[in-house]
Amino acid sequence: MTEVMEKDPAPVKMTVRDFQSDQDVRWCPGCGDYSILAQVQRVFPEFLHKKENYVAVSGIGCSSRFPYYMNVYGLHSIHGRAPAIASGIKMVNPNLDVWVFTGDGDGLSIGGNHLIHMLRRNLNIKVILFNNEIYGLTKGQYSPTSLIGQITKSTPLGSIDYPFVPVSVALGAGTTFVARTMDRDPKHLQEMVRRTERHHGSAFVEIYQNCNVFNDGAFFTYTEKETRDDNVVYLEHGKPMVFGKQKEKGIRLDGFTPEVVSITSGDYAINDLLIHDETDSTLAFILANMIHNSALPRPMGVFLATDRFTYEEAMQEQIAKAKSKKGQGELQKLLDGNEIWTI
Amino acid sequence: MQSTEQSEAMQKSTKTLEEVTIRFAGDSGDGMQLTGTQFTNTTAVLGNDLSTLPDFPAEIRAPAGTTYGVSGFQIHFGSLDILTPGDSCDVLVAMNPAALITNLKTLRRGGTIIVNTDAFTEKNLRMAGYKSNPLEDGSLAGYQVHKVNISKLTANALADLNLSTKFVDKSKNFFALGLMYWLYNRPLNQSIKFIQEKFGKKDPQIAEANLRVLKAGYNYGDTVEIFTTRYEVKPAELPPGRYRNIMGNTATAIGLVAGAKKAGLQLFLGSYPITPASDILHELSNLKEFDVKTFQAEDEIGAVCAAIGASYAGGLGVTSTSGPGLALKGEAINLAIMLELPLVVIDVQRGGPSTGLPTKTEQADLLQAIFGRNSESPICVIAAATPADCFNMAYEACRIAIKFMTPVIYLTDGYLANGAEPWRIPKVNELREIPVTFAGDPQNFKPYARDPETLARPWAIPGTPGLEHRIGGLEKEDVTGNISYDPDNHDLMVRTRAAKIERIANDIPAQEIDGDDQGDLLVVGWGSTYGSIKSAVNSMRGAGKSVSFIHLRYLNPFPKNLGEILYRFKHILVPEINNGQLIRLLRARYLVPAIGFNKIRGLPLLTEEIEEKILSILGGTND
Repeated sequence: MTEVMEKDPAPVKMTVRDFQSDQDVRWCPGCGDYSILAQVQRVFPEFLHKKENYVAVSGIGCSSRFPYYMNVYGLHSIHGRAPAIASGIKMVNPNLDVWVFTGDGDGLSIGGNHLIHMLRRNLNIKVILFNNEIYGLTKGQYSPTSLIGQITKSTPLGSIDYPFVPVSVALGAGTTFVARTMDRDPKHLQEMVRRTERHHGSAFVEIYQNCNVFNDGAFFTYTEKETRDDNVVYLEHGKPMVFGKQKEKGIRLDGFTPEVVSITSGDYAINDLLIHDETDSTLAFILANMIHNSALPRPMGVFLATDRFTYEEAMQEQIAKAKSKKGQGELQKLLDGNEIWTI
Repeated sequence: MQSTEQSEAMQKSTKTLEEVTIRFAGDSGDGMQLTGTQFTNTTAVLGNDLSTLPDFPAEIRAPAGTTYGVSGFQIHFGSLDILTPGDSCDVLVAMNPAALITNLKTLRRGGTIIVNTDAFTEKNLRMAGYKSNPLEDGSLAGYQVHKVNISKLTANALADLNLSTKFVDKSKNFFALGLMYWLYNRPLNQSIKFIQEKFGKKDPQIAEANLRVLKAGYNYGDTVEIFTTRYEVKPAELPPGRYRNIMGNTATAIGLVAGAKKAGLQLFLGSYPITPASDILHELSNLKEFDVKTFQAEDEIGAVCAAIGASYAGGLGVTSTSGPGLALKGEAINLAIMLELPLVVIDVQRGGPSTGLPTKTEQADLLQAIFGRNSESPICVIAAATPADCFNMAYEACRIAIKFMTPVIYLTDGYLANGAEPWRIPKVNELREIPVTFAGDPQNFKPYARDPETLARPWAIPGTPGLEHRIGGLEKEDVTGNISYDPDNHDLMVRTRAAKIERIANDIPAQEIDGDDQGDLLVVGWGSTYGSIKSAVNSMRGAGKSVSFIHLRYLNPFPKNLGEILYRFKHILVPEINNGQLIRLLRARYLVPAIGFNKIRGLPLLTEEIEEKILSILGGTND
């Protein structure tokens, strides 16, 4: 089996049930992971891919149990290493649909190195990072996304560990597709999974995920009905950045600095607002940085979607090139080398 | 250097030697490795048996003239069976004072020194630590010293080419090479071909310059009166066949390609640069026409994990490293043990611990390979004995990994990696078959059902309809592979994984004995010490001692007949370039009172010191 399998263009009709495995789901009742699993299982059938071509790879942590519950090929590996394992899978068989399921500890702490390098190489692998700003499986220590001052089992006096912004890490790594969504916004989550699937290259999606046992309500400001509209701006390509209960506010750029303006008080109109452009990486960094200003809403949606050659395709091209130049390798010739003598 | 007079009639006489050891030494920028390799290739094609030892510093370009920047290359060749690079050398080519002072101790008493006198400046002498010039103060009286103005003669040969002084200086190694070719009656054509291929197209002027200097060195020997004798070394009587010269890392690389091709699998190498293993990555990255995929990962862990992913997806995953990298890969190797996937892990051992001696050799990772992971972690460990044997053992690593669905750690070391010897080239159809069967039938598919003979589980790769299943690092339920915390199941699985590795003993050759199958002393070796031990045992047997020798290529599991062999000898001696690792395994497993011989100097063991150890056990003197 040296040749990779050809992707079948014929659509494959499946339902949610086709993607549900026979394993009991063992997350804590009320965990945000249930919603993520449900949305993924709901959306996967839409893609019309062959089920046997999906591979779900994970590391260690609550999020990494995900592959057990998906009825596809699944590899529950070791802490932090899923991106590296997924890379090997994709390089050997580029026609597989490889998805990595990880968390803030697994993906950004112990596995941070593998994640950034996989993303920069632009292998066509999808990464879903469940961010709950806590270590759940080890029962409540702070994570690399926990906030300064956060009280956890290992920070009784509050965390002094300055956190990562996952989308900034991904952008900094040169990821070609970067998005953020929330467990408690199923429609948006589904849409982000769809967009992820459509992207050709490394795709990174951060999902705000509630750990109701060790960090309950960490994202409620953004996820709950009462506060969401005033604290979340949904990014839509080509559209002005409007938010607020009455759609009365917007984001305007003052130089490189975003600010919140009212578009109903008369000072600014909708035409003054920042228009989202998914292809603009400078803008993506500005949007990622909005997290540092508490006066600004939290952007949700696709920060960046750009095109770049994928690693595995470039790898195949080099092999094809070598073959056209040197011909298909002959083993006996390789063993013989260039200088032979006979006795 | 044994010799017989042959021709007195010619103006310059020719002596025939059975064997000779030459050591080239100079600044690490002087091109000594290139010079040595060229001399080796020419010598190989002439049909001599040979063994080489490159000896270079970790610094890429240490300041010129310093002792720590000296790079050496030793070649031992002859018409006899050549087993080692030589305990000491007969000829030392010293390109500067630092090379002389650091290498003189390797020259036998009465040996020949060829020096580049132009480099014996006051500054260079001072940097080397000489109080006075050894070429003038009589301190080299016990040697035959040939003083040659190599730098000046090189410059003269290139005078009309208008080249930079720096370039001219860099060409002087070809002068030394040409001179040695003349002295040992070697043709220039191999090196001429090399120069033309390497520089001819890119820079004809450089090619022309190097060719001129090479010939100038050769002609200098021919015309100048200082060399009155030249030497001839007849071809060795090797078994009939087609031969090539090969270095260990190259042999490893093509052994892997052969293994993958015979199995019909895509070869995937995940690697992170590390001395002295990097050449495996370089070699394989240049073999893309064999469907080889090489991946330089972000770190050692990423490299092994990508290889595991590759095997999971149906390729042959390989990762290459040295001792520090093996330590980093431990957790992932355990994942492969749990997943029961094929994986070849190459450890080109070097001096340690920590960064240790990166460019020097050692065989101190044996216990790390066998035991260096958490919990019960049975793994197959094999080792190559000589540079050419690296082909066989790399191939074996692939074969065992695939047949038994297991990681295999394959050990070589810095000496094997960079050492060279003639290799009888096998025919592809002589290589043992490596059958591969991927699971395909969804009826009754169980991820952890086992082959009754090998205990291997099925290889079910993504893309196969109906076999979608989940596996991981958590303990598996027997047969189904589902997560299981059942105490009895865990006990069963621990024992099953161990039993699978033990079954490999049914699939490897019985241990052969070199010498009588019982007697006073059995010497037990493994890895790169083969040549030194074999030489010592040969000479002791010649002296009438009852000494036999076994060299282990399979370290875990051991060959099934090992115990019975050990019990038939009065004494057991285990020479190793470590502080006693194989000996621990032998004592623990077979309860034998083995005696160790351990030198951990970053260098191959010397034949002479093994002989002395044998005599100290059996009585007698070495003369």
